[in-house]
Amino acid sequence: MFEITPLHYSLLSAALFMIGVIGVLVRRNIIIIFMSIELILNAVNINLVALSSQLQDLSGQVFVVFVIAVAAAEAAVGLGIIIAFYRNKETVNIDEMQIMRW
Amino acid sequence: MDLIWLIPLFPGVGAVVNGLVGIRYFSKRAAGLLAAATMLGSFVLSVNAFLQLLGTSDRYHKVTVATWIPPIPLETANGMGSLEVPWAFVLDPLSSMMLLIVTGIGFLIHVYSIGYINHEPRAGVARFFCYLNLFCFFMLTLVLGSNFLVMFVGWEGVGLCSYLLIGYWYKKQSASDAGKKAFITNRIGDWGFVMGVFLVYFTFGTLDFRGVAEAVSTMPVETAAVGFGVVSLICLFLFVGATGKSAQIPLYVWLPDAMEGPTPVSALIHAATMVTAGVYMVCRNAVLFSHAPIVMEIIAVVGVITALMAATIGLVQTDIKRVLAYSTVSQLGYMFLATGVGAFGAAAFHLMTHAFFKALLFLGSGSVIHGMNEEQDMRKMGGLKLHMPVTFITMFIGAIAIAGIPPFAGFFSKDEILYRTFLHSEVLWGLGVVTAAMTAFYMFRLINMTFFGSYRGPAWDRAGHQGEGHDGGAWHGPHESSSLMTVPLMVLSLGAIMAGFIGIPAALGGSNAIERFLEPSFVVAGAQHVEEVHHLSHAAELGLMLFSVLIAVGGIWLAYRNYVQRPETAARMAESWSTQHRLLTNKYYVDELYDSTVIRGTMGSANGLWTVDKRVVDGTVNGAGWTTLAMSWISHVLDKYVVDGFVNFVAWVCSEASYIFRRAQTGLIQNYAFATLLGVFAFITWFLFAQ
Repeated sequence: MFEITPLHYSLLSAALFMIGVIGVLVRRNIIIIFMSIELILNAVNINLVALSSQLQDLSGQVFVVFVIAVAAAEAAVGLGIIIAFYRNKETVNIDEMQIMRW
Repeated sequence: MDLIWLIPLFPGVGAVVNGLVGIRYFSKRAAGLLAAATMLGSFVLSVNAFLQLLGTSDRYHKVTVATWIPPIPLETANGMGSLEVPWAFVLDPLSSMMLLIVTGIGFLIHVYSIGYINHEPRAGVARFFCYLNLFCFFMLTLVLGSNFLVMFVGWEGVGLCSYLLIGYWYKKQSASDAGKKAFITNRIGDWGFVMGVFLVYFTFGTLDFRGVAEAVSTMPVETAAVGFGVVSLICLFLFVGATGKSAQIPLYVWLPDAMEGPTPVSALIHAATMVTAGVYMVCRNAVLFSHAPIVMEIIAVVGVITALMAATIGLVQTDIKRVLAYSTVSQLGYMFLATGVGAFGAAAFHLMTHAFFKALLFLGSGSVIHGMNEEQDMRKMGGLKLHMPVTFITMFIGAIAIAGIPPFAGFFSKDEILYRTFLHSEVLWGLGVVTAAMTAFYMFRLINMTFFGSYRGPAWDRAGHQGEGHDGGAWHGPHESSSLMTVPLMVLSLGAIMAGFIGIPAALGGSNAIERFLEPSFVVAGAQHVEEVHHLSHAAELGLMLFSVLIAVGGIWLAYRNYVQRPETAARMAESWSTQHRLLTNKYYVDELYDSTVIRGTMGSANGLWTVDKRVVDGTVNGAGWTTLAMSWISHVLDKYVVDGFVNFVAWVCSEASYIFRRAQTGLIQNYAFATLLGVFAFITWFLFAQ
């Protein structure tokens, strides 16, 4: 039987994190970038839960709940901004969002 | 007696009223009457003061009107002194006599002027009387002043008024030139006077005449043995002032030119005011001058040379007023001769008699000029005794008086001077007698050319009425002047006859009252007499008198022979002595000499200074300006290319650098995120490997 060790959690978490980071850096659709950020947050959450179980310390899980709450709020605000932007520009392409330059 | 301060005030007020109100509102007659009335008031007060002075034994009355200069600490030769000058007047025999002369003769001249100045425009008449009154005001201040400074106010004031009056016809170039000449020449004399006053204060610590006299009487007499000390220096300076005012060599040149003014002005300047100021000042400081015998000697010599020189010039002048002008210079020379030999009383006496007959002669000549339609050249007159009998008789009396024929006024005063001169020095006496002969000659030359012989003037319209001719336009020939002019002449001729009687010398059975009356003004009470005058016997004195009378009669006879009996002799004599005649006609070329030395010198140095001013001072200023300009240009270049260049360079560098660095700011979020990631990697790498 294949035993799941904390290392596996960490690897999963790292993989998710890297997928999220690459998504943020290379994708052009701002919705996708937004979703990649959620991936990054959840990668962190997995890591936190795994280590909480490993170390027998509940504060890690408390922190995860906290992160999920903040992520929910962030998602609400972020989506609001995106909708407002879309109403002005009729696009969600991040390459079009470059008016803050010289 | 306490009212003497009113005496100068009357004409002063008259001048102010005529000057401020009269010029605009007064009629000719009103202006003249006002001026004459103020003089009459002063005359009455003067007579009153004189009578009061006669009535008391104390012959010195000082009236302080006001404090003028409060005590000021000021350095003197004997340590710190205090300069305090009250506005004070003094009444003593000398000043009372001068008061009577100035106000009395001044009044007559004012009356005469009412008739004389009638042809002037209305405003001009008021201006004329304003000046005349002002003149008398200053002269009375001068005479009454009890100290040098009050006297100086009058001294300067008469100088100013002489300038105003000589230049009365200011539109005439020669008149305004003559006014300036009088003023500037007087300034030179005033310099001497001021220096004298400074030295008086520095030496004695006071400016009061009596204080100075008392102080000097304790000092030794500066004879030739003692040497030329500070008192002599003071007297010399004061005498320089006197030569300016009283027209002595070398400053006499202004007086003949002063003839450019109206004739009453000449009379006023020559008889009552102005030229007598110098003689009066010397007499006033008799004690001071007595202590400087060296200067006295200088004064006597200058006086007699002036008398002689002016008399010789007077021999050949053809302008009726110029003859009289030179005779005044000559007579003033006599007065200085008298003061120089210590006969201050005789000088004052001659001053008084001279005032009468010189005023008379001038006013008479004014009457002649008036009647001849402003003609002054005696060659164009002649035979006028038929046309203007009153003028003729009065002028004849004046001429006899000045010639020194007894018993007229000039005889007594002139003879007193000659007698006192004889006691002092026979040479000076000889020169004085020669001058007396010349005086008699040129005065009767004047009378003869004007009144005797045949008429040589322009023809006139005989068809018209004879008499007052100016107003109608055409001139109706020589005529007698109005009674406003002739009455003063008569009064003055009375004075010219009788003024001498108050000074009949002892040799003629008189008592010389005038000199004994004046004596207290010339000595300090309690001090011993400087020198006792040694007397000749009465017989010798009578002999001298007889001699001078004979000399005068000789002069008159010569004039009669040359100008009445054989009028052609004068021309022949002028021909045979043409060099001398030319020298005299041109007044010894003194004006030309002054012109080529003093005036050219002044003008030359002024020109030189102007050149220095232009080249050096202006050059320096312009150079400074040019330097500033150049410096500012350099500064400008530095500012523009160095300072501005550096600032602009910095700005340019920043600007160029910004072109490079702003490329980093793309505005793309993913670029920034990538940079952040690289940064995180870098930090982690550093964290891992550096620890």
